[in-house]
Amino acid sequence: MPNEKTIILRVNGRDDEVHVPSHRTLLEALRTSGHMDVKCGCEKGDCGACAVLVDGLAVDSCLTLAWTCEGKEITTVAGLGTTENPHPLQTAFKDLGAAQCGFCTPGMIMAAKCMLDDNPDPSEEDVRMGLAGNLCRCTGYTKIFDAVLEAATVMRKEGGPS
Amino acid sequence: MSALDQQVQPAGNVRFSQVGKPLPRTDAAGKVFGKTPFAGDYVMPGMLHMRVVRADIASARLVRLNVEKARALDGVVCILAGSDLPDRTAATDIPGQTGQKRLDTGQQILVKERVRYFGEPLALVAATTRDIADRAHDLVTFELEPLPGVYDPLEALKPGAPVVQGANNVVAERRIRKGDAATALAKADVVVENTYRTPFQEHAFLEPEVGLAWVDDNEVVNIRVCTQVIEHFRAIADAIGVPHNKVRIRGSLVGGGFGGKEDVTVETYLALMALHTGRPVRLEYSREDSFVGHGKRHPFILRYRTGITRDGKICGMDVDMISDAGAYVFLSPYVLLYAAVAAPGPYRVDDLNVYARAVATNNMFSSAFRGFGGVQACVAYEQQMDEAAKAIGMDRIEFRRRNFLKTGEPISTGFVPPSAIWTEQCTNMAWEALGAPAEPSDGPVRIGRGIAAYQQSYGRLTFLHDTSEAWVGVEVDGTVIVRSGVTDIGAGQTSALGQIAVETLGVTLDDVVIYNSDSAVTPLAGTTTATRALYMTGNATRQAAEAVRARFAERVAKEFGVRPDEIDMAFNTVFVIDNPEKSMPFVDLVKLCAADGIHRSELAIFRAPFSDILDPETGQGQAHPDYVYGAHAVEVSVDAETGEVRVLKSVAAHDVGQCINPAAVEGQVEGGTQNGQGYALSEEMLYEQGRLVTPTFSEYLMPTAMDMPRVESILLESRSGIGPFGAKGIGEPAMTPVAPAIANAIADAIGVRIFEMPITPERIVSALQEQRAAE
Repeated sequence: MPNEKTIILRVNGRDDEVHVPSHRTLLEALRTSGHMDVKCGCEKGDCGACAVLVDGLAVDSCLTLAWTCEGKEITTVAGLGTTENPHPLQTAFKDLGAAQCGFCTPGMIMAAKCMLDDNPDPSEEDVRMGLAGNLCRCTGYTKIFDAVLEAATVMRKEGGPS
Repeated sequence: MSALDQQVQPAGNVRFSQVGKPLPRTDAAGKVFGKTPFAGDYVMPGMLHMRVVRADIASARLVRLNVEKARALDGVVCILAGSDLPDRTAATDIPGQTGQKRLDTGQQILVKERVRYFGEPLALVAATTRDIADRAHDLVTFELEPLPGVYDPLEALKPGAPVVQGANNVVAERRIRKGDAATALAKADVVVENTYRTPFQEHAFLEPEVGLAWVDDNEVVNIRVCTQVIEHFRAIADAIGVPHNKVRIRGSLVGGGFGGKEDVTVETYLALMALHTGRPVRLEYSREDSFVGHGKRHPFILRYRTGITRDGKICGMDVDMISDAGAYVFLSPYVLLYAAVAAPGPYRVDDLNVYARAVATNNMFSSAFRGFGGVQACVAYEQQMDEAAKAIGMDRIEFRRRNFLKTGEPISTGFVPPSAIWTEQCTNMAWEALGAPAEPSDGPVRIGRGIAAYQQSYGRLTFLHDTSEAWVGVEVDGTVIVRSGVTDIGAGQTSALGQIAVETLGVTLDDVVIYNSDSAVTPLAGTTTATRALYMTGNATRQAAEAVRARFAERVAKEFGVRPDEIDMAFNTVFVIDNPEKSMPFVDLVKLCAADGIHRSELAIFRAPFSDILDPETGQGQAHPDYVYGAHAVEVSVDAETGEVRVLKSVAAHDVGQCINPAAVEGQVEGGTQNGQGYALSEEMLYEQGRLVTPTFSEYLMPTAMDMPRVESILLESRSGIGPFGAKGIGEPAMTPVAPAIANAIADAIGVRIFEMPITPERIVSALQEQRAAE
């Protein structure tokens, strides 16, 4: 195909080389190169399941073209923390039962991360606003609010960059 | 108070080390670290990508299908149309083990000639890349000759209506007759008559249907798929014409089900394409595909006539129900049966007449959705309770109290549930928990409160003769393995089995691994539907673990010179109950047993109560194993100018029998509340001549984080259920009372009732306009 090229995507601190056409979304490019933790829920920007951080801001990767992300830092939920060194959001989601089916969880956690970076001491209303673009059908959001507020508290106590 | 109520109330003698604790679920870590593979995350070398070509008219004749252009495209490997398939239908009936004759309810796999609903599959295309499959999909053209269709069940019942199914579009009828409703209604002080309408509802799980199929070296078609029911392997094998042991379904953790992954979705298409091409094939539905690719919640029209006495007793009830089954039968007869059984709700009605019909139309077919007919019935009976209380000027809670079924009393079918009926306690607690009412602000905003109580079954219809199997084994290092076919659709079905097994064996949840959802290698456990997984498979798991425990206890009793019933096991230690000096680590006991060749595993089967079908004329008999009772209370604000509704407080009180994992139970309650709130207020599937015009989440509006109040769960534990440790079930009950509670609160706020859901701002504003015009 004429309008294909090889680009370098920097994902979770490592470079991924992908050969994609200009119309390829970041979501497809990430999943094709093995980042299966990024979920595809609607491909229309309605559900937020595919949210990742691009240079620290949460975006719907289904509405972002892969070519536009060259030279940017992309973070997915798998790059946020590990079992040994979990991010407080991951710990809180796990311990407080905020993940049920888990399909919205990666995008939900990334949206929450973006919100907390901007506002480390959010009210519940702030949390609602920050997660308004992420749909969940299992939890009714109650435990997600709990988890995000708990993570915020932990992160403030820990101090420093999250 | 009955003996059962007295017996179950004292709870001090129950001691658990693992059960009843809000432990992080075994599946939680994988999900928060992005490690859990869902069905769509599996890929194979040489894998093809598939698309489904669908009809764009709801009622039509397929005149021509042109696939040549698509077939000529480089990278297109196979295109299958209805004319390529043998004359075989796909079963749409209730899956799994059944001792009873099934209905003949086949659906054509691909349209051969007649299109019956918008989106019905015409052809399958498979190509080497997703891009090529997309292009090939667009290159397949077809000519459809429109035929007369029918899109309203009432129209479909009229003589001369276009026939979609059978002789007259009636796909199922159910009757319940008890006492003499006609005479009772004639004698009533007041008869309240109303008709309620409920809408289609989309499951809206976040994970669209997806699967990967391949043929292995045993010529077995393997399908990795997100499904609630791995036991569809039999129906899939029948549909593609191979023996049952040549199809293997390997589930995954499922990204939400709610009944929408209860029927076969992508499996048959995948199996056919894998067989035809000999290559691995992947099919992932787009969100639009998903909206037209699985059955919806049945719309119902429910006419209630309730006879009441001046002193607040229901003295008779006559109910007529009509459901829109859509273009194929699927689970319509069973949904209808649930609705009929639930018709009087959690109330004592000795003179009852219910007549219910499911009617075929050219709308999208309807099938299972959390609550399964019980939800629709509750929308009607709980609004009707408020209307009846109003008719005699009685407080709506008091009116309910005077009519609640009590423990030991018979339900609509004459069956006496074996467990406690704590509706009244739940109602009181939910109502009280609303606390002080919100202050109405100046202006057009009005505050209202509503309550709804319910009865919802758990466990499948008893005439299906349901069974479930589980295997529990202990490794020589003291770790535990559970194997069971149960599918986990996000509610923590597998983790709960782990908690049950480790409680019984006296170890902890960190010590267990659970293998599930493989039709070939995990013992078949039945469906994850009907609020049955914990009840059925939990019991099977407990039985298996108890058998292993008994052998272990016997061995250690010999070691300590005591009787086996003097042994207890907890926190990885085995000890003599009144002499804890005599103890040993669990792992040492396991090694002793291993050295003696003692069997350290067990395969158990749990059988639900079996019954015959209900009497077809009277509907009397046993329909379900048991029932759950509870109530939901809400406070809302309604803007009388804009019609905007905000749910300010939402409190659920359910008798769940026994929480296995309270955090998971709360999760069900909170999520069920979201499903019910959307159903009541905003979720609307709009069809034009059967064509869905709202196939995205920007048009079909489910509650977001901005819309949902914090949900308060009050969990009562009667320990009277017939599940493990006295558990009942909570998956479906969580949703059942939510929508009518909101409807009642809106009516309380604005003084006028809206009889059709969803109660959108438009409907509120026009109802208020009519109210003003009438004044």
